[in-house]
Amino acid sequence: MLTAIGSKTVSSVAALGQWGVFSWQMLRWLLPGLVQWRTWVRAMPLFFEVGNRTLPVIMITGTFVGLVLAVQSYDQLRAAGFENRMGVLVTLSLVQELGPVLAGVMVAGRVGGALTAELGTMRVTEQISALSAMGVDPIRQLVVPRFLACLLLTPLLTFFCDMCGSLAGWFVAVVLKGIPSTQYWYHIAYAIETWDVMVGFVKSVMFGGALALIACYKGFHCRPGAEGVGRACTESFVFSFIIILITDFFVGTFFSGLFRSIYGFKSLV
Amino acid sequence: MDRPTAAIGDAPANHESIVRLVGVHKRFGNLVVLAGISLDLRAGQTTVIIGESGVGKSVILKHIVRLLRPDSGEVHYRDQRIDNLPERDLAAIRPRFGFLFQLGALFDSMSVAQNVAFPIREHTRRKQHEIDSIVKEKLSMVGLDGIQAQWPAELSGGQRKRVALARAIALDPEIILYDEPTTGLDPPRADVINELIIKLQRELGVTSVVVTHDMTSAGKVSDRILMLHEGQFIFDGTPDEIIHCQDPRVRCFVEGRCHEEDLKSLQVKG
Repeated sequence: MLTAIGSKTVSSVAALGQWGVFSWQMLRWLLPGLVQWRTWVRAMPLFFEVGNRTLPVIMITGTFVGLVLAVQSYDQLRAAGFENRMGVLVTLSLVQELGPVLAGVMVAGRVGGALTAELGTMRVTEQISALSAMGVDPIRQLVVPRFLACLLLTPLLTFFCDMCGSLAGWFVAVVLKGIPSTQYWYHIAYAIETWDVMVGFVKSVMFGGALALIACYKGFHCRPGAEGVGRACTESFVFSFIIILITDFFVGTFFSGLFRSIYGFKSLV
Repeated sequence: MDRPTAAIGDAPANHESIVRLVGVHKRFGNLVVLAGISLDLRAGQTTVIIGESGVGKSVILKHIVRLLRPDSGEVHYRDQRIDNLPERDLAAIRPRFGFLFQLGALFDSMSVAQNVAFPIREHTRRKQHEIDSIVKEKLSMVGLDGIQAQWPAELSGGQRKRVALARAIALDPEIILYDEPTTGLDPPRADVINELIIKLQRELGVTSVVVTHDMTSAGKVSDRILMLHEGQFIFDGTPDEIIHCQDPRVRCFVEGRCHEEDLKSLQVKG
């Protein structure tokens, strides 16, 4: 039992170290690659791929989360006499927490799995070895553009998620519950600050980068055969999901403490 | 064994050595794949490495182009030791090698023309019309001009290997490494690949290394044959010499006979 736990721990630490080296190699190619036209040419189809695959599902998710938040909170807010501030609850929840997390999870599910499967298949069919044999670094060729696509598009997709959720909250508040539209937007404009948007943005950038590195790493290191590729895809999603939640907690705690130390406590009521 | 062990794999003094492996050891987990092999590849010759499946033939090819690092030992390309070079320095050397992978390893997301053009785009600054012209020339050499717009998924196994060969020679390499070039092909298509290997060696004067367990192919394309067995070369000679070799391990392989232990394991009890 102890041997098994020890062995699992050692292999997990070794895998984490390999992932760190992999990420470092990617960064070494990324920084000079940012000023090379070729990097962006390689990344362009991936921008379309990531956006096209994920946008519809993120808009649906954002909309329904906004609807549920509004419906669930209305009675309690009304009992306290704060129903006009329903937009604050819905939008703040989305901008700081739910938007980045949901967008990250959706990108991990829709794109991360596909990236792992694609790279895993390339590994199994020796296409990655072929790149190396031709003197082309596979990390520069395959990982950098995918990393850029996830890093830059996850915040954009988060914005769409937030927007759809806010509009869904407006629909419940204004159309179904009869709250004045001006009141709904006025309280949002008062309560949501640049800081909140920045926190959501930082989280979404971190989620996008982390899930891209996990997906690409899993693809590059998958075991041979169809089972190996399948397992790598599952692991890619599970690890991305866990990392998103853990990162969300630590980044949220850090920014919350930072806000309090700079601006003090801010009441929304 | 026909020759003293120390001499097996070494080049005669009068031949220029282009690639040299010295005492290369490689193991995967507990499995010893290469047990201190030494090999000199002679410029302009076609060297065939034969041996049973899983014996480590492809591992030798991957060491030559440094897709794998030896656990110990050295790999030299001309006068330069390459087994300890960083990846970035290797990028300048690797275009001098062409590698034909067992399954072709064509990029699924690219057309035939894009596949063949890929190494040219990556390593040269040629204009599009020049690249198109080189792609046409290389595809003509493998008898496939006209399929530039097709995708790898639309090609037969033989066509895929020929396109992969066109890609491997796109930068006019000095050395072409063939990993099981005829495996999975019917005899006529396998013979097309054999003829191509001979043609490229004659027309381009390249040094070729072919890994195979197809004795027909080995006999047809080789100037020199080496046999790998349990991590060591046990034969090094010409196609004529291997036919007359008396080593039972070599004879079994050349004649396609299974070992007695394998026969015993097949006997059904009762």
